[in-house]
Amino acid sequence: MSRSFEPRNSFMGSHGQYQLLPFRFHRLDKQTELLVNECGEYLFAPTGTVETITRRKLTVEEELYATLKAKHFIYDEYSSPLLDILASKYRTKYEFVYGSTKLHIFVVTLRCDHSCHYCQVSRQTVNKGEFDMSPEVATAAVDMMLDSPAKYITLELQGGEPLLALDVIKNVVSIAKPKAQQREKELEIVITSNLAFLSDDVLEYCKTERIKLSTSLDGPEFIHNANRPRPGNDSYRLAIEGIKRARRALGSNRVAALMTTTQLSLQHPIEIIDEYVRQSFHTIFLRPISPYGFAVKSSHKTGYEMDAFLQFYKTGLNHIIELNRKGYNLVEIYTSILLQKILTPAGTGYVDLQSPSGAGLNVLVYNYDGGVYATDESRMLAEMHDETFRLGNVLTDSRSQIFTNAPFVGLLEGACNQSLAGCSDCAFQPYCGSDPVYHHATQGDVFGHRATSGFCRRNMVVLEHLFSLLRNGDPDTLDILWGWATDRNLAEVRAGLPQ
Amino acid sequence: MRLHTTGVASGFQEAIIARVVTEPVPAELRKHTVLVAASAAITYDTDGYAAIVFQERVDTLANSVPLVHSIKHIDHLKSGHIVVLEPLNGVVRTLFRPETLHNILFATERCNSNCLMCSQPPIDKDDIEGLTKRNLKLIDLIPSSAEYLCITGGEPTLLGSNLLAILEKLGKKLPSTHVHILTNGRRFAWPEFTASFAAISHPDLTLGIPLYADYAPLHDYIVQAKDGFDQTVLGLHQLARHGVAIEIRVVLHALTAPRLERLAEYISRNLTFVEHVAFMGMEHIGYAPRNLKELWIDPVDYQDALERSIATLSRFGIESRIYNLQLCVLKKSLWKYSKQAISDWKNEYKDVCNCCAVRNRCGGFFQWSTSVQSRGIHAIAAL
Repeated sequence: MSRSFEPRNSFMGSHGQYQLLPFRFHRLDKQTELLVNECGEYLFAPTGTVETITRRKLTVEEELYATLKAKHFIYDEYSSPLLDILASKYRTKYEFVYGSTKLHIFVVTLRCDHSCHYCQVSRQTVNKGEFDMSPEVATAAVDMMLDSPAKYITLELQGGEPLLALDVIKNVVSIAKPKAQQREKELEIVITSNLAFLSDDVLEYCKTERIKLSTSLDGPEFIHNANRPRPGNDSYRLAIEGIKRARRALGSNRVAALMTTTQLSLQHPIEIIDEYVRQSFHTIFLRPISPYGFAVKSSHKTGYEMDAFLQFYKTGLNHIIELNRKGYNLVEIYTSILLQKILTPAGTGYVDLQSPSGAGLNVLVYNYDGGVYATDESRMLAEMHDETFRLGNVLTDSRSQIFTNAPFVGLLEGACNQSLAGCSDCAFQPYCGSDPVYHHATQGDVFGHRATSGFCRRNMVVLEHLFSLLRNGDPDTLDILWGWATDRNLAEVRAGLPQ
Repeated sequence: MRLHTTGVASGFQEAIIARVVTEPVPAELRKHTVLVAASAAITYDTDGYAAIVFQERVDTLANSVPLVHSIKHIDHLKSGHIVVLEPLNGVVRTLFRPETLHNILFATERCNSNCLMCSQPPIDKDDIEGLTKRNLKLIDLIPSSAEYLCITGGEPTLLGSNLLAILEKLGKKLPSTHVHILTNGRRFAWPEFTASFAAISHPDLTLGIPLYADYAPLHDYIVQAKDGFDQTVLGLHQLARHGVAIEIRVVLHALTAPRLERLAEYISRNLTFVEHVAFMGMEHIGYAPRNLKELWIDPVDYQDALERSIATLSRFGIESRIYNLQLCVLKKSLWKYSKQAISDWKNEYKDVCNCCAVRNRCGGFFQWSTSVQSRGIHAIAAL
């Protein structure tokens, strides 16, 4: 026991000399700054903190010094900045890039029985051949899909209304399944349908082939039918009946619903959410009005609509949190994606909110005519005679050509928010994404102008709102939000907590 | 509980490790067996035993079988125990008891850290070869039904390739015995060592690794080793890369309590792969009494910080456990994390516990935790 102890100051060493690691900041309110590092780790601090740090006025004795060092905001000569650890955290955050193209959307037909206001793409014609995917295109598209390095592949069959072209669906599935097995890929198949033509035969087919269904539910009957006109004005009834029958046949977890927001929807967030509860859904995605199909070149108009949406989102989110508090588990998907990015070290790839953007990299769209598009929105632009993001054709281009052709390279220039003006120094950069297709459509180039961008406005406001909930929310709210970030419901979160 | 006694050794030069029997056994079962008896008066047939232990004085045995006689205590030596007999000082030390979960393989007295609160202060002596030999022999004798073994020291990774040999033998001889290694984890910062350690692929292994702060200088001060934090954190990541199961251990005292929540955040963001985090009340033995002025905080005074830290970890989905703290000093909200973890041989209850309604669920005290006592200690009335 002859050993002696070294005093505390033997383990300081740095004399207050420190260096900065990359971080960004944002003024949340008059009293609070939010500091975010390259890996998305954040810290609330009093206003003026960033100035103190950057002017090197922070002293080694302060608690804040230790916290900043532990959270990888600063480093000093005393110990290693543990850059290996930082690198592995960064790698984890961007794991989705390695995932390559996972989502493959097949537009099996343009024909549709609906004439929704927000869709400019569908055709009312019943002339089969003209707007259906040919066997030749189907085979080439399946091959290109399976050329993706991704092991887990989602094949989404959509339209138009894909069930109007059941023979095309059956053809694609029968080609894709054996080839996927041959190439050792795990294939998940989803049909996106309005369910108006969901016959028992179709259900039987989905059951046999283990195909999931995804449908549209825009809210209660008066909203849904107004948004989604069809002859007979019975879209809502058909969707609800379809959902019920599909759940019975396939299981509840194999039927999903998505909503699209319109001007009418904006007035009714509570009613829409309550409709999802009434139909026993446990997820809802409050999505902004898509700018495609509208006259959208006016940025002023987009901004105005975005503010109306953000009011809709906040009211809706508040209502959803209350529902969870009262015991009904309902997750708002966009919020849960952002919370995963903010609260956990996990990497979250969501094709519409990631950098590099998912367009092309993580999703490809194969049109009925063989055209390959970066996103579904790119395809809609093409229907409006803007072919900027038509990346090639399955009949004439290989996957490697698609990714080296001018359209994709042009898209990539605006795909990384790390290098976009207004994004590169934004505190929210690690949580946000880029949307070159949106910015091209609304602002005329893939880079966009942040000050007038609806995309930027939406994410700034949503993220500020979430950070204010994280900072000021009551324990229930925090537990609900944490549950969304870690894929647990409120009861499960509470079970692990001290109580 | 007694694990150690002495007598007079004769007839052997090297330490003998053998399984105790208290009744004579047939000749073919005697090879690794030590016969323990109170009296030499009965004329035993002593041929073929590894050794004989008598409580009475016996000068020599006619057949020159190794002998320890005149030992002070004999009642604690039970059939099935495994003991080591030391030739020089006549020590009879119990190494393994089948009836308990608290068996250890003691790796070495040496350590490359020197923690301010160490309960078993390191000794710089060259004991690695000897103890490794003893442990390898011990593993041969431990029944395969043993549920749990803890490898501790000192710092077991100082054994280097000897640790790998022990681990490999454990995996082969005792594949269904859970092995828990208590290590400071620093050695695992070296990728080659970690790779060869992981290559052994022991079927049921967890490492208990301490992390005392999110801030390197504070951790390093507590463990009295510059670079300690960096090496441990790098080591944890290396181990995780190889899929080795890890328990983080945090000893609670006046130096760890103030940044406990920050440490919980650090673990959640940087060490998400851990199995669980164990928060441990401090043992008042070894170095701790010497540094008590700096280390002492009444556990009552860190309950709120502990509660918030466990909540932080739990929100991330990381499980916590509490060891070595009595239920009466714990906030009621934290009872569900409390485990009875004090080894039976150093566990006791106080007089005040006699009328406590939750005595049976409580981990109790270390025998030696008496110099200062929490003001929260009290008997809990019926729930």
